[in-house]
Amino acid sequence: MGLVEFATSPWGQSVPIHISFFLMWVAAIGGLAFLIVHAIWVQFIARKEAPAEAVSPEVAAKVPEKVARHSLASRLFHWIMAAAMFALLITAFLPKLGYQFPWVTYHWIAGLVLTASIVFHIFHASFWLDFWAIWPDSIDLEDAKRRWLRATGKTAAAPRKFAKYPMENKMYHAVIVLAGLSVTVTGLFMMKRVRTPFFTRNPYVFGDMTWGLMYVLHGLAGVGLIALIMAHIYFALRPEKFAITKSMVFGSISREHYLEHHDPERWAATK
Amino acid sequence: MAIVRDIMPAFELFQPATVDDALRLLAQHGADAWVLAGGLDSFDWLKDRIKRPKVVIDLSQVAELRGVREVGGGLEIGAMTTLTEVVRHPVVKAKFSILSTGAESAASPQIRNQGTLGGNVSQDARCWYYRGGWKCYRAGGNICFADTPTAINREHAILGADRCVAVNPSDSAPALIALEAQMVIRNTQGERVVNAEDYFIGPAIDIMRMTVLKPGDLLTAIRIPATWAGAQFYFEKVRDRAVWDFPLLNVASAMVVTGGNIERIRIAVNAAAARPLRLTAVEDAVRGKPRNASTGEMGGKLAVAGAEPLRYNGYKIPLMRNLVKRAISGVEEAKWA
Repeated sequence: MGLVEFATSPWGQSVPIHISFFLMWVAAIGGLAFLIVHAIWVQFIARKEAPAEAVSPEVAAKVPEKVARHSLASRLFHWIMAAAMFALLITAFLPKLGYQFPWVTYHWIAGLVLTASIVFHIFHASFWLDFWAIWPDSIDLEDAKRRWLRATGKTAAAPRKFAKYPMENKMYHAVIVLAGLSVTVTGLFMMKRVRTPFFTRNPYVFGDMTWGLMYVLHGLAGVGLIALIMAHIYFALRPEKFAITKSMVFGSISREHYLEHHDPERWAATK
Repeated sequence: MAIVRDIMPAFELFQPATVDDALRLLAQHGADAWVLAGGLDSFDWLKDRIKRPKVVIDLSQVAELRGVREVGGGLEIGAMTTLTEVVRHPVVKAKFSILSTGAESAASPQIRNQGTLGGNVSQDARCWYYRGGWKCYRAGGNICFADTPTAINREHAILGADRCVAVNPSDSAPALIALEAQMVIRNTQGERVVNAEDYFIGPAIDIMRMTVLKPGDLLTAIRIPATWAGAQFYFEKVRDRAVWDFPLLNVASAMVVTGGNIERIRIAVNAAAARPLRLTAVEDAVRGKPRNASTGEMGGKLAVAGAEPLRYNGYKIPLMRNLVKRAISGVEEAKWA
């Protein structure tokens, strides 16, 4: 059983047409395995990190009771994107599980909502937020190395506190950007192949091979998102991360959480 | 390498003698099994090597799947009853003539002698791109070759297309829908009965199937209730060759007219979409109205609302409009005002 299914085009070429759908199960089982391994690692194997060094009283005195983490616009974007993503996963994969309904129209509508939310996010993050805050920097990489060494019982200097986003947040964002852009860009092109009010159908805008690769990329990113969403929900529900999850609803984290996990020099607290 | 098309490919052949044995075989072999009824649809697929089942389950020896039985004023027709037997059955002719007319319009006498009612309603799409072996949506691919700017699509869908634009080619299906027939489906878990209009599914629901039958399922009988016995019926099929062809469109209506007004009506068309369409909006609109050209014209216009022609099948829109008009008001009344 191959990872990709091929067909013979009218020109006699062997072209990819889509991924093999058992990869859906590979992603789901792989995602579940990751969660279980991670939970066991954190609970029983990893060495607990010592409490971070406290900040000076002068700095601590300037931190408000509630530290703003996500603006209303950011939170709305996140939850609209999440709803669109769930709608996309449901419409894409439930028919494969035997729940049959006319999924295509719902799928492209959810895809357009996702695309619009991503476009909004790119502009919002570029002009109204600190664009680089979500991307790993050299300090994150160095600290990640330190954390790994210390968690595995080796000697290393204590890692510094996080800036606005923990390293895992940043890594997850990078991967979701890759998967999200892959599904949205390929999905937008694929709308030329179904009936919508926006385009005249025309499957000839690309050759069979290009289309095939596009379907494969769409499928790979799609099944990848199954595992990524599973991981996202898992981390959102973990007790040590729950304050961050709540901030995606209420917009802020507590003063205590800020002082314990974040470095005021790397992320200045605001109300 | 050329494909040898004049002999059957190798497969394991089972010829069960009872429905229970057939169901056990279907459950045992699942998606690898191919159900063979009259063979008129199957042999093309098999000899062209486009469908390559490992196992063929031939139902020709299952006597309980054959015959027409009178039940409570209606009929129960075994799925393996030939179209000729349906056409000639005296009760079908007397009470449900729309079915005998529809079945008689299918194919040629030789084919009707071999083809079965169950096979006729369960046959696959006749799109030549699909049957030519191209890996289209219906074949598990990612394209509809019939819905491209240069495709030849004169026979394809004007309604209900969703990626695939193939149509359902059955002539008996719209008659069964008009008669409020029910399809009896069995598998090893038991029996379920679905209304005829729900037996067929379009590409939006499942692009690779024409009916609700899944691996392991067997259509065993078709029940026709007494509801429409003796009603006024209309069936018309338009095809390229009167001697033997699939429909470009067909229409079937069953009607009860009281005092010149349409008291009850059911109307269905086929070859307009991937599934036979029951025209419920038309039924609702014309119910209670006088049966005349004006009502027929209104019904015809309503029937084609939302139709989207492809490059070569725009003619189907006026054709369907006229057929529906005739199915409501009759041929004599059908001249456009």
